[in-house]
Amino acid sequence: MATATPVRVVLVDDHRLFRSGVRAELGPRIEVVGEGEDVASAVTAITATVPDVVLLDVHLPGGGGVEVLRTVLPVLPDVRFLAVSVSDAAEDVIGTIRAGARGYVTKTISGADLTDAVVRVAEGDAVFSPRLAGFVLDAFAATDVPAIDPELDALTQREREVLRLIARGYAYKEIAKELFISVKTVETHVSSVLRKLQLSNRHELTRWATDRRLV
Amino acid sequence: MLAGVARGLADHLRVDVIVVRALFVVLTFTGGAGIAMYAAFWAFVRSDAAGTDVPEMSVTSGAEGVTAGGHRARHDRLGRREQYLALIALAVGGVLGVQALGLGVPGPLMWPLALAGFGSLVLWRQADDSQRNRWRAAVGQGRPPALLTTILGAALVIAGAATFLGYHEQLSKVRDGMLASLVFIVGVAVITGPWWLGTLRALSTERRARIREQERAELAAHLHDSVLHTLALIQRHVDDPREVQRLARSQERELRTWLYRPPPGEEQAFGRALERIVAEIEDSQGVTIEVVVVGDCPLDDKLAATLQAAREAMVNAAKHAGAAAISVYAEVESGKVTVFVRDRGQGFDVDTVPDDRLGVKESIIGRMERHGGKAFVRTAPGEGTEVRLEMTPIMARA
Repeated sequence: MATATPVRVVLVDDHRLFRSGVRAELGPRIEVVGEGEDVASAVTAITATVPDVVLLDVHLPGGGGVEVLRTVLPVLPDVRFLAVSVSDAAEDVIGTIRAGARGYVTKTISGADLTDAVVRVAEGDAVFSPRLAGFVLDAFAATDVPAIDPELDALTQREREVLRLIARGYAYKEIAKELFISVKTVETHVSSVLRKLQLSNRHELTRWATDRRLV
Repeated sequence: MLAGVARGLADHLRVDVIVVRALFVVLTFTGGAGIAMYAAFWAFVRSDAAGTDVPEMSVTSGAEGVTAGGHRARHDRLGRREQYLALIALAVGGVLGVQALGLGVPGPLMWPLALAGFGSLVLWRQADDSQRNRWRAAVGQGRPPALLTTILGAALVIAGAATFLGYHEQLSKVRDGMLASLVFIVGVAVITGPWWLGTLRALSTERRARIREQERAELAAHLHDSVLHTLALIQRHVDDPREVQRLARSQERELRTWLYRPPPGEEQAFGRALERIVAEIEDSQGVTIEVVVVGDCPLDDKLAATLQAAREAMVNAAKHAGAAAISVYAEVESGKVTVFVRDRGQGFDVDTVPDDRLGVKESIIGRMERHGGKAFVRTAPGEGTEVRLEMTPIMARA
């Protein structure tokens, strides 16, 4: 999993203290190449440096993290985004993922875990925090309405199991051991869930997220 | 009876309302002075919503004002029909009275005059009402203005005026006159329109600003009571990282609850109850517990027992595992509730736990089995511990 060259990262957060804290915590595998404090400066920094990964705050002056995703992704589709937030509100989290972020972690995450998450996203995988896994399980279990597109609108039994273990606080390696599968397979399942989350047209998904405005 | 003038005066002078009414009637027969006085009182003395001697009701008068307003509203609804009957009686009586006194107005003209008079009374009463409505809106129980009554009143006035003029002049002249009046009114409206609009807009802008100011004040008050207070405490405990962590965590939780208030009615649900227990343990044990709840259902005895077992598992993890973080995951699915409590601490060997240690055996496994559920403990030295609790609630729902 260790990459030879460090992962180039742009930090986007409107709190300077948080940016410097994250900068100090990220391990040597990561190189911070730019910073942004609102939508405009974030877009400028990202287009100027074209990083591997953008650590994106969900709540950002000038339209929020979603606006950065909408502006940058059509131009630079290879830049990967990892959402970081203190919000934990379902509509923010689901909204950012559906706009194109490849994962979501809370700001209370430890430096080592954050480094892991960044590297994982850089390698093209998805990163689900326990809370996001809980949201997804909840959203896809919300109704018994038959799915319009069974391939996109429902989770497989295996995906459900993987999400459940993430929600229980298991790391990918522990999940692999628990289910007798490889870490690579766990990553495949999570990526597949991410794709469903982003592409599914289940209108319940959006409605569920707005209905559920509590933590 | 009509606008509450007699009642108000009686209250003010502390005499029986009958006395005041009788006085008005007597004065009416001595040249109509009573009617004039009544009208004057009605027009110039502002009725207050509470019906007492308070000169004006302000928004800030709070709970007292609200109950008073509610009281008055009920009173109004009961008296509304009687008031209109009284209005009609007054109009008819007025006409007959004036004719009887022989004030020189030709008979046929009296009825249109009465019609117009009644219409204008209705209109003015309506204005009186909508003023009260505004007060009521201020205490939070507004009512849409009675458009119908207004239109009816206006129609009566116009019909009365037209009939009156019709007797005097030729009908065509009336039409011309009314047309001229209409043109005049429209002209005035066009000229003063922008000013009215401007005033209205300024009023609503001012109101919005005031609401924003109130919200800001509420926010400031809350932040002062909670966040600023906690920050001060944290500065005083800089030497005690555990206490700082506890303070920060509990403040975070409090603020979160305040920002994302749960919808009402979910207080008694399983998920909320679990979150409350987690909060309590985070506070007392100084650990971080990440809790994820999927689905929800109402709380019953079996689930209360499950929550107690989960609580014991969390306390054990906080006290003995030596782990910094604990994960709690609860799931309500197809009528079954499952709770996982997991730590990455030192773990223990189930076989070496002495029989007198009641924690796991009695408080967790025993409690779950007594209530018809199951508990599993999975642990090994150095592997962390995971407790799984399974329960089927009494009111199992899919």
